[in-house]
Amino acid sequence: MNSLKLIGILDKIGDKIIEQKDFLTELDRPIGDNDHGINMAKGFQAVKEKLPGLADKDLGTIFKTTGMTLVSTVGGSSGPLYGTLFMKMGMALKDQTELDFPKFLEAFQLGIEGVGQRGHSTVEEKTMLDALVPSVDAMKAAWAENPDPKAALAAGAKAAEAGVEHTKELIATKGRASYVGERGIGHQDPGATSYLFMIQVAAECY
Amino acid sequence: MVGIVIVSHSKNLAESIVEYTGLMAGDAHVAAAGGTDDGTFGTSFQKIYNAIESVDSPEGVLVLMDMGSAVMTTEMVLEAYGSDKVEMVDCPIVEGAVVATINAQAGMSRADIIEALQEVGQTPKF
Repeated sequence: MNSLKLIGILDKIGDKIIEQKDFLTELDRPIGDNDHGINMAKGFQAVKEKLPGLADKDLGTIFKTTGMTLVSTVGGSSGPLYGTLFMKMGMALKDQTELDFPKFLEAFQLGIEGVGQRGHSTVEEKTMLDALVPSVDAMKAAWAENPDPKAALAAGAKAAEAGVEHTKELIATKGRASYVGERGIGHQDPGATSYLFMIQVAAECY
Repeated sequence: MVGIVIVSHSKNLAESIVEYTGLMAGDAHVAAAGGTDDGTFGTSFQKIYNAIESVDSPEGVLVLMDMGSAVMTTEMVLEAYGSDKVEMVDCPIVEGAVVATINAQAGMSRADIIEALQEVGQTPKF
């Protein structure tokens, strides 16, 4: 995977988020402030506009620019959270021009830890971490068994799907959803769902 | 004078809090950073950054936030701004803004204002 391929995948992720804007916003209505899809679509629209100008940049710069753009344009909590994820990945992949999958997994792990620190959150709190953490764990396990990036990403997508499903059972203790408390049971977390779309696109297009 | 920045998801709320502080601290250096760049609900990295810059001085700046992304976005702005004289304070935003601006206008130091603000949440209203 080189810069052009990464740009292509991020662009497709943008298309998917924009396409799912209403669905993601609808998920946010009962447990949040009804704007997750609108915010994420706004952020990824801005990312899509930046991507063509990054063709001659290294992978680190592409991830970092994606993160910074999300921080500046999303407006809700997913801005600083997804922004931190991509920015930390960008820092870890600085100057890389060809993606080495184990390095990518390391960078992703650092990004996820960044999300936890930024949100002062951990798994089982009905957040995007409930999809991110099992997903990266599954990718590491799949890679250890069979070093095939596409298979690892597919395993990551499958684990993310189970993670999203699991958020339905959880009571939120972080963010706006924590005010809804037990009434949030049965509803899946919008932030975890947007990650599911991202990893599904990555697995399809790799 | 220590500068004060009010960060809210709502443009109107941030601006109204700033207006409200003018009742008792009309000379305070206070700036609002409310809503997103296009004026909808949310928080804007650039608006917060600009607001801090507009009231910054050698005495530094204190930032008061409402909740959620206001807190996280401010954290990211402070990391990018790179001054140890700009700090976030955890306190009720309306009462905190009043106390912070009165004390800043009176020439209180950043550390003393932070200490005063820590009591704001503990003070009973009735």
